[in-house]
Amino acid sequence: MTDSTSQGVRVAIGGSTQIRCVVNGEAVIIETEVRRSLSDVIRQELGLTGTHLGCEHGVCGACTVLLDGEPVRSCLMLGVQADGTEITTIEGLADGDIYHPVQQAMHDSHGFQCAFCAPGFLMTTVALLERNPHPSEEEIRNELSGNLCRCTGYQSIIDGVTQAVVLIDAADNAITNATEAGNG
Amino acid sequence: MKSPAFAYARPESLDEAFQLLAEHEDAKIMAGGQSLLPVLALRLGSPELIVDISRISGLDTIDVDADGNLTIGAMVRHSAVEESDDVAVFAPLVAEAAPYIGHRAIRNRGTTVGSIAHADPAAEMPAVCLATDAVMIAQSPRGRREIPAAEFFVGFLETALEADEILIAVRFPAVPVGTTGSVVELSRRHGDYALVGLATRLLVANEVITDAALAFLSVGPTAVRVSEAEAVLVGERPSAELFNEAARVVSATLQPAADVHASANYRKHLAGVLTRRGLARAIARLDVSI
Repeated sequence: MTDSTSQGVRVAIGGSTQIRCVVNGEAVIIETEVRRSLSDVIRQELGLTGTHLGCEHGVCGACTVLLDGEPVRSCLMLGVQADGTEITTIEGLADGDIYHPVQQAMHDSHGFQCAFCAPGFLMTTVALLERNPHPSEEEIRNELSGNLCRCTGYQSIIDGVTQAVVLIDAADNAITNATEAGNG
Repeated sequence: MKSPAFAYARPESLDEAFQLLAEHEDAKIMAGGQSLLPVLALRLGSPELIVDISRISGLDTIDVDADGNLTIGAMVRHSAVEESDDVAVFAPLVAEAAPYIGHRAIRNRGTTVGSIAHADPAAEMPAVCLATDAVMIAQSPRGRREIPAAEFFVGFLETALEADEILIAVRFPAVPVGTTGSVVELSRRHGDYALVGLATRLLVANEVITDAALAFLSVGPTAVRVSEAEAVLVGERPSAELFNEAARVVSATLQPAADVHASANYRKHLAGVLTRRGLARAIARLDVSI
């Protein structure tokens, strides 16, 4: 359906096109309908069902993924807009069986109850702590205000983010100490 | 919901985009898509063709000319505006408004110019454009046209753009010495659409207000300036009494609609509260005691 004779991409109504991106470190080529959202591409074409769809129109934040390292709502993007980008989903956080510190902290803090909203909160938190490793509680609340949770009342999630800061600091200190010991 | 079917084009030049607009009567321009995709998902609109302008080069720059006018291109995202040193210096009201826009995930995709072209009366940028006398730069095969903000927002989600035009940039005029301002709004949660918001710009010389702009959002079908209240301020020394009078005029003049979030009277009241708050914040920044 793609007409490659024109300068840019052109796809007819109801048509599909090919997109290339890197998802959780792996290069993928996907044939997808242009009307399909990035969230549906992730879930249905790639089978990565950890990304959840709550509202499908950009209000709840459950579908948040990282696009070139920055949080975006995958339901507010067409898959075709992600052509040429690098995407990290919730499946890309853990290192094998070892949780990402943010996942571990949320687990330790009993951050979630039903956890439908968890992938969005986790991806948003990972991006927040990359940008600001020591946020105040107000900053945490502001940055997470675009993610809705209908179970917890948020306090346990805020506790989880606070705990994640502690875990990441501890890991950083361990690396620093190990390096210094090695140098000594 | 899932979007309805549409044709999709991703041109690599403005000329190609103009050609696509000429070929399709029902085409819609998409920059970041943060307003368009909810429209599609809720099936409030069903364009025949979406023209994705994100890969057209030259639209993603923030430029300052020798006179201090700042121009933001059509593909500059809110997050870039928020973090730009040039915007903070040369268009401080734009910088102050940016963090109010949606949430970070929205600002990472949405564009300033796209928000202006969408013309949502609850959005921040149309009000900031009115307050700063910004100029919209539209281009079409017929040439380039500059549209003052005061003539641009003509109705709910409706602008002065013609069907063959693309809004390629917005220019914020240089800020004269003695200018101050503020952006204030009230919303239930950070990042929600404001119940009422206000972008204020004042020019003060010898402790007298010589020019004033009060541009409100979320109080009608478009962002709106309240010239009656601006007239109260001009020629006067800043004082709490003066700001109270301006607030009274604002509440008496605005005719906001009621919705599930707030009654009309509550919005009028909040507009008055924000008038006092916005004016006080603007004047405090000048270090003028009132």
